[in-house]
Amino acid sequence: MRSPLADKVLTIKPSGIRKFFDIVTEMDDVISLSVGEPDFDTPWHIRDEGIYSLEKGRTFYTSNAGLKELKEEIALYLKRKQGVEYHPQDEIFVTVGGSEAIDVAMRAMLNPGEEVLIPQPSFVSYEPCAILAGGVPVIIDLKPENEFRLTAQDLEMSITDKTKVVVLPFPNNPTGAIMEQKDLEEIADVIIKNDLFVISDEIYSELTYKEKHVSIVEIPGMQERTVLINGFSKAYAMTGWRLGYACAPKEITTQMLKIHQFAIMCAPTTSQYAAVEALRNGDDDVLEMKEAYNQRRRFLMHAFQEMGLECFEPFGAFYAFPCIREFGMTSDEFATKFLKEEKVAIVPGTAFGDCGEGFLRISYASSMENLKIAMERLSNFVARLRKGNG
Amino acid sequence: MREKLLSMIEKNSRIDLKELAVMMGEEEIDLVNELAALEEEGIICGYHTLIDWEKTSIEKVTALIEVRVTPQRGQGFDNIAERIYKYPEVTSVYLISGGYDLLVTLEGKSLKEISGFVSDKLSTLDTILSTATHFILKKYKDHGTILNKNYEDIREKVTP
Repeated sequence: MRSPLADKVLTIKPSGIRKFFDIVTEMDDVISLSVGEPDFDTPWHIRDEGIYSLEKGRTFYTSNAGLKELKEEIALYLKRKQGVEYHPQDEIFVTVGGSEAIDVAMRAMLNPGEEVLIPQPSFVSYEPCAILAGGVPVIIDLKPENEFRLTAQDLEMSITDKTKVVVLPFPNNPTGAIMEQKDLEEIADVIIKNDLFVISDEIYSELTYKEKHVSIVEIPGMQERTVLINGFSKAYAMTGWRLGYACAPKEITTQMLKIHQFAIMCAPTTSQYAAVEALRNGDDDVLEMKEAYNQRRRFLMHAFQEMGLECFEPFGAFYAFPCIREFGMTSDEFATKFLKEEKVAIVPGTAFGDCGEGFLRISYASSMENLKIAMERLSNFVARLRKGNG
Repeated sequence: MREKLLSMIEKNSRIDLKELAVMMGEEEIDLVNELAALEEEGIICGYHTLIDWEKTSIEKVTALIEVRVTPQRGQGFDNIAERIYKYPEVTSVYLISGGYDLLVTLEGKSLKEISGFVSDKLSTLDTILSTATHFILKKYKDHGTILNKNYEDIREKVTP
């Protein structure tokens, strides 16, 4: 029998997280700081609105692009938060999470052989999505000395005559890095000069702990060459609702919408009604959760400092990315040993790209109680390793 | 800082100040001073413990009593409220808008003790027109805390 499979799929590596997941799920009483989603429940008023929509029998498809009122709320939100204008009619559409938007954007923009620049460490989907879309992923290694920001120089060095799209994954999972106004201005120059396009994944935009988040579309000349991706998962603790959105010039959304229409039809209706409520009345919830994350973030940074573990201060998302190079182990070895000996699960940095070697992703979307115990155990573990009898 | 500090210790008054200082990005000494000031100004009025008495073998009955009174000239409700709150078994007294005037919460060992208090002491006060006593049968949530609920993390243990 011949192979039932497409060659392209076979070239894609399974997610580096999978192996780790298998070990963790077999152990009892593990404290997990490996979770890439909020530990809060969706605020009740938002859930209530979802329930109400079900009670009212709003159980049908919405239009492909999503509920009109939701798209209008998204436009108002982007105006309010980033000061940018998108037409709800034809520049915004609602997706099944930010993940779908990433996939659809790549498929709508890439011709075979065209290169996509992907800064890493970053979320696991960009590379496979680029390959599946027929593009060629080109990895840019982000550097700890730049606080894992993308610099104009790093960007420029990776550009060839085949380069078409740059992925901007900030605020960043797994490093917690952000890009500030001047960082964005510098790379915008390079992008415009080389006539490139941007897929900006801003799913963590609400979770920044310095100045408010700046989007690349705020930089003059960038909105017309950017697909802006955001969603409800992280800001409103709505991961399971699977709801995101993409905003771009009409020329791009029209084509993205075709793919969305044929592959997905429309995003879940219940989630869309809940999301309208989130955007209308959810600002305070976001602030409250953000404050809790920020407290834990400070707690972690302090704990690392006390145990002498090197870590640049992350100003975004809910991850810290400490460096473990001093122990002469790979990230994978460190994480596995730590899990087995101390029963705390943290993800090796390499799950987010080869250049994550020597780092660990610690998620602080976890209760203070858990974080306290975990940091105590990490401190003991690190001390043992240093003594050389680990 | 003041508002944040208050909202933090309102949830957990036993929180370690050193730890709180780290979490809030403040100096511990500043928190100590601010707490002292808040106590001095009477903004922090006490530090209490939320106890689920149900889980002990100690009998406790809580009642909410709606009280209608005749306000007194020049005094409003203050005098009568003071008369009522002086009883140690009274745990709170609120002036209420709407169908009645004062809401009194009362803690006692038994229904009998509470009804005795209402009929002997409360109802006999001069300015009191009427009372309606409601006994609390079960507490589900108190002071923002859900009783009888253990937090369980049901998320997948590892996700990207």
